[in-house]
Amino acid sequence: MEKLLLISFNPSEADQSIGFAKALGIAFDVICLNGMPAEDLGAERVFDMELSPIPTADGLAQFMAGQTAGYSHIAAVSSMRSKDVMARLAGLIDAGMVTDVIAIESSKVFKRPILAGSIIAVVETLSEQTVLTFRPSGFPANERFGKSVMENLSSEIASKALRVSESVRGGARPDLSQAKVVVSGGRPLRDAETFERVIGSLADKLNGAVGATRAAVDSGIAPNELQVGQTGKIVAPDLYIAAGISGSTQHMAGIKDSKIIVAINKDADAPIFEMADYGLVADLYDAIPAIERELESGR
Amino acid sequence: MKILVPIKRVVDPYSKLRPLADGSGVDTTGVKFEINPFDEIAIEEAVRLKEKLGNVEILVVSIGKPEVEEQLRKALAMGADRALLIETEVDCDSPSIAKELAAVAAEINPELILMGKQATDDDCNQVGQMLAALTGRPQATFASKITVVADGVQVTRETDDGEEVLELHFPCLVTADLRLNEPRYVALPGIIKARSKPLERRQMATSPVLKTRILRVESPPPRAAGQKVGSVQELVAALRSRGAI
Ligand SMILES: Cc1cc2nc3c(=O)[nH]c(=O)nc-3n(C[C@H](O)[C@H](O)[C@H](O)COP(=O)(O)OP(=O)(O)OC[C@H]3O[C@@H](n4cnc5c(N)ncnc54)[C@H](O)[C@@H]3O)c2cc1C
Ligand SMILES: Nc1ncnc2c1ncn2[C@@H]1O[C@H](COP(=O)(O)O)[C@@H](O)[C@H]1O
Repeated sequence: MEKLLLISFNPSEADQSIGFAKALGIAFDVICLNGMPAEDLGAERVFDMELSPIPTADGLAQFMAGQTAGYSHIAAVSSMRSKDVMARLAGLIDAGMVTDVIAIESSKVFKRPILAGSIIAVVETLSEQTVLTFRPSGFPANERFGKSVMENLSSEIASKALRVSESVRGGARPDLSQAKVVVSGGRPLRDAETFERVIGSLADKLNGAVGATRAAVDSGIAPNELQVGQTGKIVAPDLYIAAGISGSTQHMAGIKDSKIIVAINKDADAPIFEMADYGLVADLYDAIPAIERELESGR
Repeated sequence: MKILVPIKRVVDPYSKLRPLADGSGVDTTGVKFEINPFDEIAIEEAVRLKEKLGNVEILVVSIGKPEVEEQLRKALAMGADRALLIETEVDCDSPSIAKELAAVAAEINPELILMGKQATDDDCNQVGQMLAALTGRPQATFASKITVVADGVQVTRETDDGEEVLELHFPCLVTADLRLNEPRYVALPGIIKARSKPLERRQMATSPVLKTRILRVESPPPRAAGQKVGSVQELVAALRSRGAI
């Protein structure tokens, strides 16, 4: 019999996973690694754990491998930390793996983007157990479901890799991967201070998150966790504003599922205009303050 | 110290690609092939460690068609010491690649396996972690800085919300992210000179049993054509009327 084990790092991820579980259409249990998820996720059983800090990948994967008996599918929301541990888990239990699932055709056939999102591959799984990571934006779910049996789970997890230090930047802004509005900046933002003053300010006026291109991150204008794209974060906001961004395939791979894309670029031929819903040919240093003024005046 | 660097030949990341008309695969006519950019970063890092520490031997290995030789030669020109080409016509999935690489690792016992975090063609981000599992090595993925310490490495790795530093004892495995370094440029004469470096060919030592396969490929759904707006006022009005702000 098919059954899904959802691995969530925190309760909010468990909430985001329900659409995927429903789309897969098989019974499921949840392990939440840190915190107590909602009771009405429609899972059969929900195990809550208090792994804080979350152990490094080798110990964590070893622990998870001990929990997977009886499950045909083991899945988690796509993120750097899930890719880190879930692929190791697949190696340990000799399972096939499908990364970044965006659609489900059957319990054995999944769609995923390849080649920086320029192609969609339809992948069939051939092994008894399959490990998956999925993008929640492809599986919206707003309803609540039946109550689950809630159980606490604890375990001593020992890892070989030792965490020496950790710096979590974050701040007051919404989480980039889940934000309803994202304002992103590219190479022309000059330096971190300018980036924050121009891009950060508009994002705050719109209660949005801030994103950046690889070019901006590489040149120290923005911190690495803000990189959006093929090899960074995948976003799917209602509104994505790209300022001073050329529109490379690698960047667009991360923003394709945005409802509305706005591009502000001083080069009328920039490739980003081909994919933007609204394109403004302008210098961002003039346009962004003007947008802020216009937002104020219309209140 | 021995460093094993697995590399993959991929289509040039800057090329525009389309599915073949029958959806059986990707049309690569006229497209250039390169070392996977993340693997190039891994090679560069191995070479820098060699330059810094002296006593380092770098083996690059790739599993694929005979044409992979081109990328292995380039890796030798960048500073790797020897290359291994494992020839196969099978389209291997990540578990089969990881198993074959595990066989190589068992043979040469490298202290460090250094590789790309992700191949830019399949965008899987799997093989490194699978190989680490199969060889029982601790792992540090998404590395942006590597320092060799007494009997292992200290790795700064990028995370979803910042970065962290891990300490791993040898033998271990590290996967490279974009900001680890900027690979050196090697000109043609360098590649020609590196032809005297050893490149061994052999068949796969394991027999691949596929756990996933691609049934077909499609173009992503196109986005509806957008419009240019003439002014900031027009833009804000349009966004207001759509309820976006
Ligand atoms: C393996 C690999 C992975 C990658 N992964 C990613 C990824 O995840 N995310 C990502 O973003 N990139 C990624 N890239 C890089 C990508 O190919 C591009 O190089 C990058 O996205 C370009 O960033 P940019 O648009 O900021 O810079 P540019 O391409 O330099 O564009 C800057 C734009 O700003 C415009 N401009 C300049 N001044 C102004 C002004 N004053 N006002 C308005 N407009 C102005 C210019 O006309 C230009 O269009 C990757 C590349 C590789 C090879
Ligand atoms: N055919 C291959 N031969 C050697 N190494 C490979 C091969 N495929 C993938 N790799 C390695 O595994 C990494 C991750 O690939 P992937 O899991 O496919 O995204 C790559 O960056 C390479 O270092």
